[in-house]
Amino acid sequence: MSRQPMTSMERVMTAITHKEPDRVPLFLLLSLYGAKELGMTVEEYFNKAENVVAAQRAMREKYQNDCYYTFFYASIETEAFGSESFFVENGPPNAGVPILDTIEDVFHLEPPEISESPGLKRVLRATEMLKERVGNEVPIIGVAMSPFSLPVMQIGFEKYLEMIYFRKEAFDRLMKVNEAFCVAWANAQLAAGATAICYFDPLASPTVIEKEVYMRTGNVVAKRTIAKIRGATATHLASGLTLPVVHEIAQTGTAVLGFGSADDPVALKKEAEGRVCLIGNLNGLEMVHWTREQARQTVKTVIEQCGKGGGFILSDGHGEVPWQVSEETLLAVSEAVRLYGTYPLK
Amino acid sequence: MKGFEDLLDDFENALLKIDRINAASIFRGFTQESKEFHPVEQLVVGSLDRIGEKWELGTVSLAQVYMSGRICEELIDEYLPKAKVNRKDSPRIAIALLIDRHALGKKIVTSLLRAAGYEVADFGDGLTPERIVEKTIESRIEILLISTLMYVSALKVEELRGQFDREGYRVKIIVGGAPFRLDEGLWERVGADAGSRTASDVFDLLEYLGDGKGVS
Repeated sequence: MSRQPMTSMERVMTAITHKEPDRVPLFLLLSLYGAKELGMTVEEYFNKAENVVAAQRAMREKYQNDCYYTFFYASIETEAFGSESFFVENGPPNAGVPILDTIEDVFHLEPPEISESPGLKRVLRATEMLKERVGNEVPIIGVAMSPFSLPVMQIGFEKYLEMIYFRKEAFDRLMKVNEAFCVAWANAQLAAGATAICYFDPLASPTVIEKEVYMRTGNVVAKRTIAKIRGATATHLASGLTLPVVHEIAQTGTAVLGFGSADDPVALKKEAEGRVCLIGNLNGLEMVHWTREQARQTVKTVIEQCGKGGGFILSDGHGEVPWQVSEETLLAVSEAVRLYGTYPLK
Repeated sequence: MKGFEDLLDDFENALLKIDRINAASIFRGFTQESKEFHPVEQLVVGSLDRIGEKWELGTVSLAQVYMSGRICEELIDEYLPKAKVNRKDSPRIAIALLIDRHALGKKIVTSLLRAAGYEVADFGDGLTPERIVEKTIESRIEILLISTLMYVSALKVEELRGQFDREGYRVKIIVGGAPFRLDEGLWERVGADAGSRTASDVFDLLEYLGDGKGVS
């Protein structure tokens, strides 16, 4: 006798607690892809919360997705600090000129008020509208950039590295401002109805910052910040290597960890088992050229490697599906997860 | 007395620890002994090459690659005028960040090349294909290095190549950046002459595409 299918929320919560749900949950992290769904430009699309809500609902229906994703674009957070975003065709907007010109400017920076940022208010409005419509059946995933990774957009990578290595006082000051902002922003999304917050922290990866430095900087920041976020978090390193820091990230109190296609899924599953639920790891850029068969085979392989015992959500490895991936590929992924991801796994 | 391999190890370790003082001390000690640029280049490029390989293997970070390049660039900038060594006979090289505005990758490659004694014109960041074509022709560039961060910007290389073709201008294009690492065949599909997976790959590609012209 077949089991009653779980709701998306039940499926995800079961997987996160390292048990086997009815099938592997699917998180297609569709953000600007919604503009394609509605036939709009990216700028026009993100200008109204109603567009995001309409597209999220339509795409969930189409791809049998197990979450709503209220991430607009990364530089929406630096817009709150006063910088601009530059919109391009068919891709995510680019952050404009950093708001901090020199390292000394850090000492005059204050965290912005969420309620004074039009962009952040649109995200909160979209979250509220989705929550009103779906209640507790589907998880709504919000996003906050980690205080440790946000400075790449605030001051530029080069000056930020100078701060990390040689200007501890300035680094500490910037983390204080960013931690206050990140906690307020994450908690505002949770209050608006988000189920969990994706804590984007690409600089936590040893691909970007060596582990020894991360442990005395970003890891400490993550522990302090995540402790103040009033809900579950999923840490995502946006394609960077995850395996060397899996234990350390699990110790920050996060429940879920994103991994990319460069990681070894088998080794990672072994290290993460019982500690942190994994989410990943389809290569979004390779997906642009996948055939239906490649989609099926890749999904099958990663489920075989990571699905056993729960603790795994299938997703892309970066945190956003590129515009250029075809609908047919997304449908093939969705079909494959139902075919190969139904528990007990064959 | 320490052999060259030991010195290379020491210099590499100082760079990986972002220890500017120790790196400078090793470098200055070596350049006082060596009167030619070639051994100096071997020390700098050799260390940066090793660091690049370790990044590829996942054992050093992008931050270490960048900071090592910066330290070497500073040391070479100080050394070349004192030693009266010219950067000469290299192909005319320029680097540009296409559309994107976050320039770490571009700066790493620029530092590495300058540290190896190459002249590199930096065209800037956030540039359109039109602007890059204009600057390339104006400066009579032979090898153009294009850095991108976003996938959609990487796809614009095809437009860039098309514009050069319409102008009838022959230039070798080497591309690099995250999209080209994540999608290995992308450089070819967008019409580049080569794709550089790591910053230090660019040395081999310049040798290959630039008819072996280097620093003398």
